[in-house]
Amino acid sequence: MEIIELTAVQLAQKIRSRELSSKEVVNYYAERIRSLDGEINAFITQSFDIALKQAEEVDKKIAKSEEVAPYAGVPIGIKDLIVTKGLRTTCASKILENFIPPYDGTVARKVKENGLPIMGKLNMDEFAMGSSNENSYFGPVKNPWDLQRVPGGSSGGSAAAVAAGEVPWALGSDTGGSIRQPASFCGIVGLKPTYGLVSRYGLVAFASSLDQIGPMTRNVEDAAALLEIIAGHDPFDATSLDVDLPKFTEEIKKDVKDLKIAVIKELSGEGIDEGILNCFNNTLKKLEDAGVIIEEISLPSTSYALSAYYLIAPAEASSNLARYDGVRYGYRIENAENMLELYMKSRSEGFGDEVKRRIMLGTYALSAGYYEAFYGKALKARRLIRQEYERAFETYDLLVSPTTPTVAFKLGEKVSDPLKMYLSDVCTVSANLAGLPSASVPCGLSEGFPVGFQIIGPALSDHLVLRLSKAVEDATQFELKPLKELKK
Amino acid sequence: MSLEKLLKEKGYEAVIGLEIHTELQTNSKMFCGCPARVFGLEPNTAVCPICLGLPGTLPVPNQKAVEWTVKIALALNCKINEFSQFHRKNYFYPDMPKNYQISQYDYPIGVNGYLEIETSKGQKRIRIHRVHLEEDTGKLVHVGRTGRISEAEYSLIDFNRAGVPLVEIVTEADIETPEEAKVFMQTLRSVLLTLEVSDCNMEEGSLRCDANVSIRPKGSTSFGTKTEIKNLNSFRALEKGLEYEIKRQLETVLSGKKVVQETRHWDDANKRTVTLRTKEEAHDYRYFPEPDMVPMEISTQIVEKIRSELPELPFEKKKRFIREYSIKEKDAGILVSDKEMAEFFEEAARLSNNPQAVANIILSELLYHLNESDVWFSDIRITPKHISDLVNLLESGKISSKIAKEVFAEAFKTGKNPEEIVRERGLEQISDDTMLESIIYEVLNENPQAVKDFKEGKKQAIGFLVGQVMKKTQGKANPQMVNEKILEILSNN
Ligand SMILES: [Zn+2]
Repeated sequence: MEIIELTAVQLAQKIRSRELSSKEVVNYYAERIRSLDGEINAFITQSFDIALKQAEEVDKKIAKSEEVAPYAGVPIGIKDLIVTKGLRTTCASKILENFIPPYDGTVARKVKENGLPIMGKLNMDEFAMGSSNENSYFGPVKNPWDLQRVPGGSSGGSAAAVAAGEVPWALGSDTGGSIRQPASFCGIVGLKPTYGLVSRYGLVAFASSLDQIGPMTRNVEDAAALLEIIAGHDPFDATSLDVDLPKFTEEIKKDVKDLKIAVIKELSGEGIDEGILNCFNNTLKKLEDAGVIIEEISLPSTSYALSAYYLIAPAEASSNLARYDGVRYGYRIENAENMLELYMKSRSEGFGDEVKRRIMLGTYALSAGYYEAFYGKALKARRLIRQEYERAFETYDLLVSPTTPTVAFKLGEKVSDPLKMYLSDVCTVSANLAGLPSASVPCGLSEGFPVGFQIIGPALSDHLVLRLSKAVEDATQFELKPLKELKK
Repeated sequence: MSLEKLLKEKGYEAVIGLEIHTELQTNSKMFCGCPARVFGLEPNTAVCPICLGLPGTLPVPNQKAVEWTVKIALALNCKINEFSQFHRKNYFYPDMPKNYQISQYDYPIGVNGYLEIETSKGQKRIRIHRVHLEEDTGKLVHVGRTGRISEAEYSLIDFNRAGVPLVEIVTEADIETPEEAKVFMQTLRSVLLTLEVSDCNMEEGSLRCDANVSIRPKGSTSFGTKTEIKNLNSFRALEKGLEYEIKRQLETVLSGKKVVQETRHWDDANKRTVTLRTKEEAHDYRYFPEPDMVPMEISTQIVEKIRSELPELPFEKKKRFIREYSIKEKDAGILVSDKEMAEFFEEAARLSNNPQAVANIILSELLYHLNESDVWFSDIRITPKHISDLVNLLESGKISSKIAKEVFAEAFKTGKNPEEIVRERGLEQISDDTMLESIIYEVLNENPQAVKDFKEGKKQAIGFLVGQVMKKTQGKANPQMVNEKILEILSNN
């Protein structure tokens, strides 16, 4: 079997059994990135030299029969929002174009400790603000299924890199759908874990109360494996949960028979493309055949979700992004006349349009006299949404819907209409507002493009979400075509 | 004319509220592991990615700092909010690494307390509006001719102080005079020192004070337009700054103008307040709940535990000193103003049967020597036992008060026991009558002129004669006794 056909878990087995060396694998993927990424543009920074060093270390250990981590030697790509010590971390922004972090975040540390060679930092929408990856200072990412189309966003680079076979697996982050929506557009598996399951220490904040790092992989088993690597309590993150974790790679092997799930009515009808609904409904039938009990539920508060999200996220962002002011690090204009000019010009030249739009939105929503009408109301809606989901989970194990209303759209199609762009997050934002685990699993094609099946579970049911994801995967036998079609 | 008189004459009164900040001396900063005691360190040496607010870092609250804030709030008789929360206070300033300060807003740790103070006019209760916890900012150094930001060639930032736990204490507008404000600050300082949460060094900035001031026609129930005065960072500055500002407001009002709501800066060098920013330039801080932290729940159990561990506070201690040791109220007040002094006094007072005499020695001799040698109680060699021994020597008439001063100085210098000093140097008072009489006769014989003067009615001549006897005995005689004896001898002859 060729290296490209192996999943991350399979690669790990072959590296441990010395059928393959980590160095061979890294070299293989480096070669593939070199030949493909000129067009796809998934990488902002490539770090093959670092990856090779890590690979050699793993190989040396294995050669000496020393203990290595379970998935040691399998290369990975990391969204450029995750801080990596000594390796440029730009957040796809001009303002951090040359920022080299002096520390490792918790997830980056875990990746290194687990011996995963880092191939580079992946493209994204600037500061994770966007749904098409067109808001990157480093240029848009192309969808490996069709280079005229967007890969989704904000973790578009991560999704495209995995789908194109530039890396076996990748890390993304999800604030309102930023893992699941691009996973859906690119035909891969993406999981946004329960809020607090994965440390945010070292994840550059977009909206602190919504952000979560998660795996983006070719299949569910890889997602479970990568989650095992990155999840866990972290004393450096005060919102991190201190709980015992199940073994996700074992959990996905369990049967889904008698799982009781419900289709979210508001997200599975009007406003969703017909092709998508067809795929979704076909998948439901197959799940039913596998013994899953399927009903329908109405979650009326869903209609507030998008508005609440687009107030809360920008409000937090307006504060989180205040630190980029040209004073201590990052982009700074030359010869400022005074402090105010230094601030204003560095920020207006350093940030892209979408980031500025959201900073203004958020600043406004928090302003004296407007707080209650905007931010305060959004918080109330958020509480309602959370309560509604909690009640739903008293009856159902999991809730499902399509991940996106449309398949991957064309580059440039929605850039001029932010509201239309924001609508692509309509199915995904609720899980972030409620802090719930949610996955997108490919479940077929519509007009030749991948369709994502979204699963949402109660807090800390990540293992259940993954278990149903596995059932969807088994039922649909989805094929990630670009892996073979894109030749290096 | 004194300010008080002036106000009275014009029919006005001042309304003052204070906003005090004190840095907590915990081991580590508020949200990271860097040391919190940073004064005097090389710039930017006590920093890490977290307190520098680097992208991706997160704050994790220092539990000790939270407990200490509860302690302060309890000492100020506050109600502790069971549910407390951090908020972000958003504004741009280069001394703030994140361009927001993690502070508290509508759920501070403590609310609705009070502190009793004692002014020249008696006891008064100043209500405490709130006590909350936040992080300190860094420090700017403006390099240029004047050291002011507007005229600086460039500015340097030291982030050592950024993230040091900072407690904000806000009073109600219960303070009426600059003196009350000063006494409040002094009392608060001694409370904080007793709690051992801060070194309260105003020069080093670990205790800072801003004030809100307004004036109104006496008896009015509504408030006048207030100004906020910043940089009142010594007791003197606080008193002088308030005096200046109240006078300025009074003059403004009396000349028919209106006080403008603004923030003013106390210029200590020129002894005046100057406009810092007007109301229009005030920030909209856009407070919102800090999403990087979960709300704090401070259980009744924890509160009660902290309450039970509170040390005796100065005000209570003062009452107890008066009750247990029957010392003068004024002396008790001074003794409890410093924790170490109070402890030193109490130890000595317990060993002695004349606590007032112990207090006298501490408040005169000891304070004098401490001042002279610029040390404090923790660094001295003289012990409480020495003080009580000295009192015993005095009480029993073994030494005169003049000799006592000498013995004290020696004991202070060497740490030797006063009894030993008296013995070694033969300083015991001459209480042997015959011996004293023979010395007196000697002096009378040597000074016939003085004797003659006395007999001719110049009564003050006796002072000279007593002095001569004291000189001959190297101070070891009891001057009172010498006086009596001379009178007795001369009137019998
Ligand atoms: Zn620090």
